[in-house]
Amino acid sequence: MNPDLQKERAGASFNPELLTNVLDGSPENTRRRREIENLILNDPDFQHENLNFLSRSQRYEVAVKKSAIMVQKMRKFGIADPAEIMWFKKLHLVNFVEPVGLNYSMFIPTLLNQGTTAQQEKWLHSSKGLEIIGTYAQTEMGHGTHLRGLETTATYDPETQEFILNSPTVTSIKWWPGGLGKTSNHAIVLAQLFTQGKCYGLHAFIVPIRELGTHKPLPGITVGDIGPKFGYDEMDNGYLKMDNYRIPRENMLMKHAQVKPDGTYVKPLNNKLTYGTMVFIRSFLVGESARSLSKACTIAVRYSAVRHQSEINPGEPEPQILDYQTQQYKLFPLLATAYAFQFVGAYMKETYLRINEDIGHGDLSELPELHALTAGLKAFTSWTTNTAIEACRMACGGHGYSHCSGLPNIYVTFTPTCTFEGDNTVMMLQTARFLMKSYDQVHSGKLVCGMVSYLNDLPSQRIQPQQVAVWPTMVDINSPDSLTEAYKLRAARLVEIAAKNLQTEVIHRKSKEVAWNLTSIDLVRASEAHCHYVVVKLFTEKVLQIQEKSIQAVLRRLCLLYSLYGISQNAGDFLQGSIMTESQITQVNGRIKELLTAIRPDAVALVDAFDFQDVTLGSVLGRYDGNVYENLFEWAKKSPLNKTEVHESYKHLKSLQSKL
Amino acid sequence: MGQRQSQAMEGNPVHRVSAGDAWSSSMHPDIESERHSQSFNVEELTNILDGGAQNTALRRKVESIIHSEPELSLKDNYFMTQNERYEAAIKKKFHILMLAQRLGWSEGSSELQYASRSVSGDLGFAIHHIFQKTIRSLGSEEQIAKWDPLCSKFQILGTYAQTELGHGTYLQGLETEATYDAATQEFVVHSPTMTAIKWWPGDLGRSATHALVQAQLICSGARQGMHAFIVPIRSLDDHSPLPGITIGDIGPKMDFEHTDNGFLKLDHVRIPRENMLNRFAQVLPDGTYVKLGVPKSNYLSMVVVRVDILLGEVLPLLQKACTIAVRYAVIRRQSRLRPSDPEAKVLDYQTQQQKLFPPLAMAYAFHFVANNLLEFFHHSYSFILDGDFALLPELHALSAGLKAMLSDFCTQGVEQCRRACGGHGYSKLSGLPSLLTRVTASCTYEGENTVLYLQTARFLIKSYLNTQKSPGSALKGSLPQSVAYLTAPDLARCPAQTAADFLQPELYTTAWAHVAVRLIKDSVHHLQTLRQAGADEHDAWNQTTVIHVQATKAHLYYVTVKIFTEALEKLESQPAIHQVLKRLSDLYALHGILTNAGDFLHDGFLSGAQIDMARKAYLDLLPFIRKDAILLTDAFDFTDQCLNSALGCYDGHAYERLFQWAQKSPTNTEGNPAYEKYIRPLLQGRRARL
Repeated sequence: MNPDLQKERAGASFNPELLTNVLDGSPENTRRRREIENLILNDPDFQHENLNFLSRSQRYEVAVKKSAIMVQKMRKFGIADPAEIMWFKKLHLVNFVEPVGLNYSMFIPTLLNQGTTAQQEKWLHSSKGLEIIGTYAQTEMGHGTHLRGLETTATYDPETQEFILNSPTVTSIKWWPGGLGKTSNHAIVLAQLFTQGKCYGLHAFIVPIRELGTHKPLPGITVGDIGPKFGYDEMDNGYLKMDNYRIPRENMLMKHAQVKPDGTYVKPLNNKLTYGTMVFIRSFLVGESARSLSKACTIAVRYSAVRHQSEINPGEPEPQILDYQTQQYKLFPLLATAYAFQFVGAYMKETYLRINEDIGHGDLSELPELHALTAGLKAFTSWTTNTAIEACRMACGGHGYSHCSGLPNIYVTFTPTCTFEGDNTVMMLQTARFLMKSYDQVHSGKLVCGMVSYLNDLPSQRIQPQQVAVWPTMVDINSPDSLTEAYKLRAARLVEIAAKNLQTEVIHRKSKEVAWNLTSIDLVRASEAHCHYVVVKLFTEKVLQIQEKSIQAVLRRLCLLYSLYGISQNAGDFLQGSIMTESQITQVNGRIKELLTAIRPDAVALVDAFDFQDVTLGSVLGRYDGNVYENLFEWAKKSPLNKTEVHESYKHLKSLQSKL
Repeated sequence: MGQRQSQAMEGNPVHRVSAGDAWSSSMHPDIESERHSQSFNVEELTNILDGGAQNTALRRKVESIIHSEPELSLKDNYFMTQNERYEAAIKKKFHILMLAQRLGWSEGSSELQYASRSVSGDLGFAIHHIFQKTIRSLGSEEQIAKWDPLCSKFQILGTYAQTELGHGTYLQGLETEATYDAATQEFVVHSPTMTAIKWWPGDLGRSATHALVQAQLICSGARQGMHAFIVPIRSLDDHSPLPGITIGDIGPKMDFEHTDNGFLKLDHVRIPRENMLNRFAQVLPDGTYVKLGVPKSNYLSMVVVRVDILLGEVLPLLQKACTIAVRYAVIRRQSRLRPSDPEAKVLDYQTQQQKLFPPLAMAYAFHFVANNLLEFFHHSYSFILDGDFALLPELHALSAGLKAMLSDFCTQGVEQCRRACGGHGYSKLSGLPSLLTRVTASCTYEGENTVLYLQTARFLIKSYLNTQKSPGSALKGSLPQSVAYLTAPDLARCPAQTAADFLQPELYTTAWAHVAVRLIKDSVHHLQTLRQAGADEHDAWNQTTVIHVQATKAHLYYVTVKIFTEALEKLESQPAIHQVLKRLSDLYALHGILTNAGDFLHDGFLSGAQIDMARKAYLDLLPFIRKDAILLTDAFDFTDQCLNSALGCYDGHAYERLFQWAQKSPTNTEGNPAYEKYIRPLLQGRRARL
């Protein structure tokens, strides 16, 4: 063990094991997770060469191989619970990227949500056992988040009782679906349904794309890989072009809407139900933000404790870079953010499960708010995490740029989260729509409930306007509750500004949509402020629930840092809204620096508590034992370029020297 | 050559810049409509960016030569492995050198610079040139006479080995030692520890025959600090490592795959006394150490590189990203602005403008900033080479600070452009991931940015303290020009009364000056308070570094706003161009004010009402810039071959190209071994059991 890390761990104010239990939900969860992780770590079938040294096609091959083994192993080990499946995959895939992943995450769930009992009987068994490998093809080359714009058509032919699928333009080619390029033999395709001469909008169809047995594309199908990407080397994201391709009527998923044999369309009872899958995936992505950021923080903090550089006091040995205030200022607010998002992720999961039960009983009342909240929080947490991972990488200096750090890989794997499952800006605007609706509701005299209930207390809704002047004195910068109030006031103010600007534009413009567009920057600001408030609130509430004093103390410091840092970064909002005074902002900045010093001794223990195995981190810089430099040298020596002492390309150098 | 003549030679811009594939013969109507009515002459703006019409003509001439050479094409880059990229870069360099020989392009000529630009710098031996430049600035006349011709003729290949496994920006911390042995008149160069291994130098892993090694000089038993030594590392006969040398490639990185960044471990390697570069210091045969310059002179080569990379590497990456993202944003249609309309161009969305126009404004602002720095560099460099170091502190502070700021902002800007392209921005075929992975390295190399900000901070504090000396003292009048504003009269309140007032360059430059001065004062005050409370100098410094960085960033923002507005004053004779660039200057300054609103509100310099005015002024600029956006990116005049982006071509046919390029990917043209090995057994295994 590196002596610096040993010293850090000995000096921590709390036992990281207890904090790990908090993150896992219980000591029992921690135990079971580790048990599953060890199954993989001790299994020779999962060993392979370091992915960084492999070409794209080799990485794809490794991923397919592991997926194939995984199916057998999970059955063998009796792993069936969704959380356990996730732990299992997390460890053996390192980055969750697997070509058959969409079969489980999209194909099967869509079948369950939208397929009739007969359809489930027909397809479910074979897709669960990977007799068929399915994917989910929604996005087209020219169309993404705006679903109504999709161009793929499915035209019903009552003569043969078939749908005829077509990709009428270049822009309508299905583009991006994971596993589509090379792996899958079936796809659920979203297409505009035409029957009896009329378009009924988007519906889902099961489409065979490759022949069973030969794996060759079926006639009428053009399918392939979309080429090299920023990351996701293991994944064959694909394209799919269909040319008068016929499928039987029974291949349309008909649990909600139906097309009768004669071509009569029967519309679904409730549209909202299809939100379910989206809400689930988006709330899962909030947790994914937390995990990715926690990994990046683990690497950066450990390396900063091992790396020595420069001098603070002349003549003394070079200090650990974690002792520099600028380094603490780069990393500790991100560490606090990682914890905040961990708790928000857990909250989202619980809420989803709770509301899902209500939905099961036919109660859809909470769905609109949950939908709005997951959209905004998915965007808020993924934007923040995206920037934060990159900041962690930069905080590791030059070595952060090497794949040995693992950080480039974490970044390129995470960054699509800002785009997929709904582009973040569009997500923020969905939340804004909900906020505007709630604002209007309050304005018309009706109270709103849930996370937006603060809108009931808007100064403009009150009789005494002097309330505004009372705000500043209320904020106590050492009280998480009081800071939550400050964030609430900021959100309320920005929601109100956006609402008023929107009204002004509506008066001046002919169309509501144009007015909406011309207010959209304000609307995004309002949503961000709302989400920021929600995160601060949830973090604060979580800290209060912790029984163990030592854990509560350290989390309270992180919670304060998270809240105060956000105020410092957005000081303009708090000053302009007279929520805080200039001298309070000065105090906030001073308090942040005190907190950096207070968190410093616990920093390594705080990242240890995330409990990532070295294999999962995939980083030489972030190793638990801290033996960074020796292993960095060993790692580089394994690079394929070093296989020979004199590289074959020497011939070019030689000829250059002779010709000039 | 007259302009008309040169236009005739190069043909119309469409021909010149286009990829020349099946789609280039027609324009996508959505991009064509953007070019219909031009509020300014794009060609004139290009000429301004090139520094004159004759430069534009020369650049285009070189580009057309380069693009007619199939060996110099970039189009397969995205499909290559690290090995292939390295080999291709060497081949390209070789090819360009041959062209240069044939066409008489001399070393350091504009032609060679333009050639490098047109292949996006995707060439081997970049560090070889730094090796050569360093010898020229740190070597004696005899040393230059000996080594320079060898470099020029590529008889030797050099690298510059400074960074070590455990040590980066902090030079004094380097561990490599060069111990003088008077008996043999040699230096013994040695890596005493694991952390002392040289790590990262480009061209070192597989190419270089010689390394310029920065090492601690030890002579007559005393340590004399960092000096530069020429160390032969590979045999000139068979390229094998020389005795005592362990050398190799450091493995895969985010980018720079065409460069063989390497490691170098030295085991008591002996080199002759003459191999220490001795323009500013020398070791006499008996081991006596003689200093001939100020210690800072050793940093000169770093200043040179920092200035060079801004225009040569960092800024074009942002300009390309803006070009790709803005072009794609006018052919991408998504959702509707009105229910009755067709789907709207995404550039018509306010949120998209908010993402793309600030980086576009920066791409222009930084053009003028980097050129201004280059002029100042040439001005002061001539003095320094003559031994007059008076301007060195300011040059050092400015180049360090601006390198940090520009590389930070360009990196954020490129990433913003990439993300503004949605899913397709994630495809390498968009060109954007490569621009990002390339530009982000500049935040670390040639000095880690936080360290650089703090170097500028020290200069600011020193300058500020000078202004505080007794009123009559002579120093007051002689503040370096970039900090002269520290003593300028300052307003306590901003006089703006309407949103339109925020479009006055004078007003927003003053606002930035005010905030910078306040933060610098504040940071000095913090430092002094801690000192008075008994903290020792170094702890006090460390405890105030966060605020020093903040103050320095405000100072640099002020400097860039000022340079941009001053550059515009010189363009008043071209009113149409002046108008369009002024909007960018306004946007640049206001975007900064709004992102840092807290700093402006803090002491009441701006009121809440004034922030609202500034926000209104900012939002009102967006639709104006919207009209000119395509033309502003056209003016950068990147050829399609150089952009190498399926999304960003001049003619706007993004989707067709994306589909075609994807089909050419080896994943589609070669077989799928994973199917035979794993997928088929998986599928069939189950079926057999059913």
